[in-house]
Amino acid sequence: MAATRSGILSGAGEKIVSERFRREIGKTFTVLLCIVPGMVVFFLFLLIPIFQSARYSLYDWNGFGPLQNYVGLDNYRLLFENKVFQSSVQHSFQIMVMSLGIQLPLAMAMALMVGRGKLFGRRLFRTILFIPFVFSEVITAIIWRYVLHPSSDGLVNVILSNIPGYDTVGWLADKDVVLYSIFAVITWKYFGFHMILYMAGLQAVSKDHEDAARIDGADEKRVLRYITLPLMGSTIRLTVFLSILGSFQQLVIIWVLTQGGPVNSSQVITTFLYKYGIKNFKLGYGSATAMILFAITLIFSIGYQRIIMKQDYGDMA
Amino acid sequence: MNNIMQLRTFKNIHRLPGNLGRYLILITLSLIIMAPVFTAVSGSLRTNGDFLSKPFALPHENIQWQHYTGILEDNSFWQSAVNSLLITAGVTVLNISLASLLAFAFSRIKFFGREIVFNILSIGLLFPVVVALLPVFIQVRDMGLINNLWGVIFPLVAFGLPGSVIILRTFFRAVPIELEDAAYIDGCTRIGFFRFILLPLARPAIASVATLQIIAGWNEYFLPLLVLTDPKKWPLPLGVMQYQGQFGTDWARVMAYVTILIIPAVFFYLMTEKYIVTGLTGGELKG
Repeated sequence: MAATRSGILSGAGEKIVSERFRREIGKTFTVLLCIVPGMVVFFLFLLIPIFQSARYSLYDWNGFGPLQNYVGLDNYRLLFENKVFQSSVQHSFQIMVMSLGIQLPLAMAMALMVGRGKLFGRRLFRTILFIPFVFSEVITAIIWRYVLHPSSDGLVNVILSNIPGYDTVGWLADKDVVLYSIFAVITWKYFGFHMILYMAGLQAVSKDHEDAARIDGADEKRVLRYITLPLMGSTIRLTVFLSILGSFQQLVIIWVLTQGGPVNSSQVITTFLYKYGIKNFKLGYGSATAMILFAITLIFSIGYQRIIMKQDYGDMA
Repeated sequence: MNNIMQLRTFKNIHRLPGNLGRYLILITLSLIIMAPVFTAVSGSLRTNGDFLSKPFALPHENIQWQHYTGILEDNSFWQSAVNSLLITAGVTVLNISLASLLAFAFSRIKFFGREIVFNILSIGLLFPVVVALLPVFIQVRDMGLINNLWGVIFPLVAFGLPGSVIILRTFFRAVPIELEDAAYIDGCTRIGFFRFILLPLARPAIASVATLQIIAGWNEYFLPLLVLTDPKKWPLPLGVMQYQGQFGTDWARVMAYVTILIIPAVFFYLMTEKYIVTGLTGGELKG
């Protein structure tokens, strides 16, 4: 009797267990089907290569044949001692500072102007200000190579030559000017992107808060300073983040415009990597440069998100 | 009533100078932004000498079409256009397929290690392909994909995935759970729910992802430069660079090529502006 009873029970239990088991298998299968293809591509073409470069950076390697000439941290030592590399890092930082100090405020000003309110032609202005974002960097750089051409044929020089006493400036050929010229081109292409983000942030700012402040007697300057901008805090923190990362990740525009010249005066970390690592087939040396770029990116990102953007996120990593 | 109307009018008059200032700034900035593009387009229709001496003049008499016919009659241009289309199509289709599957798992299925896998994927947001060119190139070479369009497509897909997944995941999450439950009660499988309910609902989000991927694939320069050794496989950005290398400061001629590439970009932008903006701002900016 007891045996039969337990037999019935265990039979039912088995049935439940097997039903559950079947569902679990089904779910596991679905999960694998969903994540494996994407993650394989992601690992093969992004994550593994990035980790591999840590290994390559310890070798003197021209890219052909096996990895065997182990040099330890020599590539890093050579890099840090290299004057050109030092100035490349400095140029990257300069572009970053200019982006934060000029590009973002400009984008904010434009967003405040066309972002809301009744303004005839609002959409047209938005389209014009944003459109360089869709042009490829190559096209952008080719057009601007003409615009900034150092000879008297370049567009800027033609325009400025109307000013009496103007002497042709080598916008891309003068080592004291070239970095500013490059920054102008980067701003031309990318400030619209930040403007769009600010416009999105502005739409989330409730008019009521601003109106309340106005009723309390605040002038427009104060409304902006104490109400609107603080309410856009999360957007501003995001654009600062993207702008800093973006400054370190510029390559195509600078390469097409100047190839880092004249005499390395517009060399940044990425162009340095391309010129001295990839083009010269010093892949170990180049990998060490890439590692430094990765390290800057990673340390900055983690720090910034932990400390500054912490308040904004439940969602992004 | 009358008083209010008067007040309104007065208010608008009061506003006018402010708006005038705004217009002045906006128009000046728009002109500065458009000037390089305008001169490029108008210059391409004139002789080089005419272009360089009077950059802002319009092409009036004897328009120089030969810069265009020269490019359009050249097979290598069309070859590049086809390569660009293949790369762009490959990147876009693969990216959307893989990203929507991933986003589905991350948003609608609870499984062990979900957050870990998602966080690993998110690391990719920090690295555009341009900073990882060297290791990616070595990997593509080790896999025997040199001089193969797949050697460009796969890395671009990998680097585009994190962004696409985040856009789609946000959208998938917003689909109410009741809809999912109803589908399961009606006998729908998980994959069925994904395929027949979630994907059709997510069309706007998918369109946003697609436009961003199309821009990325169409514009990529350095990766094809490293991977594709045979000029017959080059996409348009490499084609135009080669062309400008060949003709140097014959700017009018170079600008014809540039114009040919700008026109589809502008059309594409005007048609998809809504989706591009949605994609970039996570759906927050409308109109």
